[in-house]
Amino acid sequence: MSSSPTLASRLKGRSELGVALLLGAAGALVIADAARIVTPYSQSDPVGPKTLPFIVGGLLLVCAALLAVNVLRGGQGEAEGGEDVDLTHPADWKTILPLVGAFVANILLIDWAGWVISGTILFWGSVWALGGRHYIRDGLISVALSLLTFYGFYLGLGIALPAGLLEGIL
Amino acid sequence: MDVFSSLMDGFATALTPMNFLYAVIGVVLGTAVGVLPGLGPAMTVALLLPVTYALEPTSAFIMFAGIYYGGMYGGSTTSILLNTPGESSSVVTAIEGNKMAKAGRAAQALATAAIGSFVAGTIGTTLLAVCAPIVVDFAVSLGAPSYFAIMVLALLAVTAVLGSSRLRGFASLGLGLAIGLVGLDVVTGQARLTFGVPLLADGLDIVVVAVAIFAVGEALWVAAHLRRNPLQVIPVGRPWMGKQDWKRSWKPWLRGTAFGFPFGALPAGGAEIPTFLSYVTEKRLSKHPEEFGKGAIEGVAGPEAANNAAAAGTLTPMLALGLPTNATAAVMLAAFTQYGIQPGPQLFESEGPLVWALIASLFIGNLLLLIINLPLAPMWAKLLQIPRPYLYAGILFFATLGAYSVNLQAFDLVLLLALGALGFMMRRFGLPVLPLILGVILGPRLEKQLRQTLQLSAGDPAGLWSEPIAVTVYIIVALILLWPLLFKLIRRSRPAVAVQPSVADQPSVADQPGQRPDSSAPGTHHTTDDGDAGHRSTVPHDTVPHDSIQHDKEKP
Repeated sequence: MSSSPTLASRLKGRSELGVALLLGAAGALVIADAARIVTPYSQSDPVGPKTLPFIVGGLLLVCAALLAVNVLRGGQGEAEGGEDVDLTHPADWKTILPLVGAFVANILLIDWAGWVISGTILFWGSVWALGGRHYIRDGLISVALSLLTFYGFYLGLGIALPAGLLEGIL
Repeated sequence: MDVFSSLMDGFATALTPMNFLYAVIGVVLGTAVGVLPGLGPAMTVALLLPVTYALEPTSAFIMFAGIYYGGMYGGSTTSILLNTPGESSSVVTAIEGNKMAKAGRAAQALATAAIGSFVAGTIGTTLLAVCAPIVVDFAVSLGAPSYFAIMVLALLAVTAVLGSSRLRGFASLGLGLAIGLVGLDVVTGQARLTFGVPLLADGLDIVVVAVAIFAVGEALWVAAHLRRNPLQVIPVGRPWMGKQDWKRSWKPWLRGTAFGFPFGALPAGGAEIPTFLSYVTEKRLSKHPEEFGKGAIEGVAGPEAANNAAAAGTLTPMLALGLPTNATAAVMLAAFTQYGIQPGPQLFESEGPLVWALIASLFIGNLLLLIINLPLAPMWAKLLQIPRPYLYAGILFFATLGAYSVNLQAFDLVLLLALGALGFMMRRFGLPVLPLILGVILGPRLEKQLRQTLQLSAGDPAGLWSEPIAVTVYIIVALILLWPLLFKLIRRSRPAVAVQPSVADQPSVADQPGQRPDSSAPGTHHTTDDGDAGHRSTVPHDTVPHDSIQHDKEKP
């Protein structure tokens, strides 16, 4: 109700305030969690388990406040560049969302369907999200990678990745 | 000679066929990830941690050493042939290196980078072998208060000195320390930040954290901003150098090494400062200053040597004190802990054969890198053509596999995604990644030293400064923290800086002329004369960067 137009205009394009909010929330969480701990004072451990959390929480809160001030005054973090990074266009959510989707599918499927199936979905889905359109070739590579890592880990390292639905076949 | 015989034993261990094979795998893998965009040595070591549990620790570290040095070689290839350096340490190499490549001298640029890296790496590793035992001799006498102080220094130095925004560095450090708190407290068994989730009781696995921040965060970030028209890779033949190139390269190699090693060994190490210093020095000393900005070979030779010498220097505090100052060293330190090896000054005593085999393998890896890099450079350059969907899908695939294989639980993948999102956010808003990783790894060890210190002093905070080294270190910490303030004061106390004094400052300037007869033209601070004087007085400070920036812009 009380948000004046000036405040609204000041908030616009300042998504970095979200970072300050996150830092503040993290700081409050760390402090609240530490405050909950009850330990008797012990001669052999005068510092106790609460001291460092209080310091860290305090650091996070101070950073949150300073960052908020910095951003409102026009400060801006410098986005990271790289060989394949083109910062001239905004974040492309049409790539990110399917990519995260493939990742989540893997999390949900890995224990039930097994690594070979979930890993194939992960790789194929990621390639598709990133713009690969050779469906057959991408699929073959995905299956090959999953099978190779499954047997490589089992035979080479003795780590048994879940076989899931294909148990008995693999 | 004790060092010499230990080192020879190290060579004997490192040259057994199996260990030699791991050294070869390490350097090949390291060069590959150094060349490939989006992948770096720190991430590779983190990804390989679960895979190497089946190996002998010695073999694993020999491979890690190869990856560490290989990443440096690979990074220079990318910055010369692509002009968009992947690592901050090869930014300077790209300035002249890419100009040389565009002028058809890519072969010479790659050759001077590779041979310079070899020279610097060999000298740097020798210095490491000589210095580390000396540091250890000094460090074993230190108690918990000094260690606590040194760790505070390392964390603050990396946070405050590197990176463009100190505030964002501290935010990142705070997040890292908070992540390091998760789990049961070692002393009292109290749960911290576990929210009743039993899977969090053991804390967050460092492999999961490192892979999430380096690999998943990076892959998501690049995916969001993927270049739509790929960069041009400059085709290259076999690297070679003419007589003239050798003549112009050998001095910069040695000077670069001299810059790189000490900076790497400092707690606020890193390769950015020494590579830049080396570049500026070579530009000043060069007999062909007109070539700078158009592709001067000295501008590649010096910084590239500084880069590799700094990499060797970084290993000195890592092995001698258990203090990492760059991302790869931090992950290697975490690896020590995973193998149940206690890092710190006792390392040379308790794990002597392993440490010396590691140092010996650095010499071997360096030589191998020269051998595989000179003739195979065109092949490495081809790696840059890999289709990007496969590359980044592959990073996500192997990140998932690596994180999952630590504990074989899907919950770790949820953490991987959440922390990956954090990594994405950090890249978007310019929070540096290194303070976070160091916070996660050093945080718990810092707390242990703090508790030991106050336990010894029975709760008296004076115990914190009960050792002379601790006091010295705290003074350095204070200087680092107050440096921007001091810098401002120094500038202000000068009679007239190039910037005209503001209205608020004028009375104080007017008050002082009588007291400070030495200040230049005290009565005339309103005239242009004053501005000139101020400009002249700051000349030694300003010329270098100013000049070099202008040069670069004038000659595109």
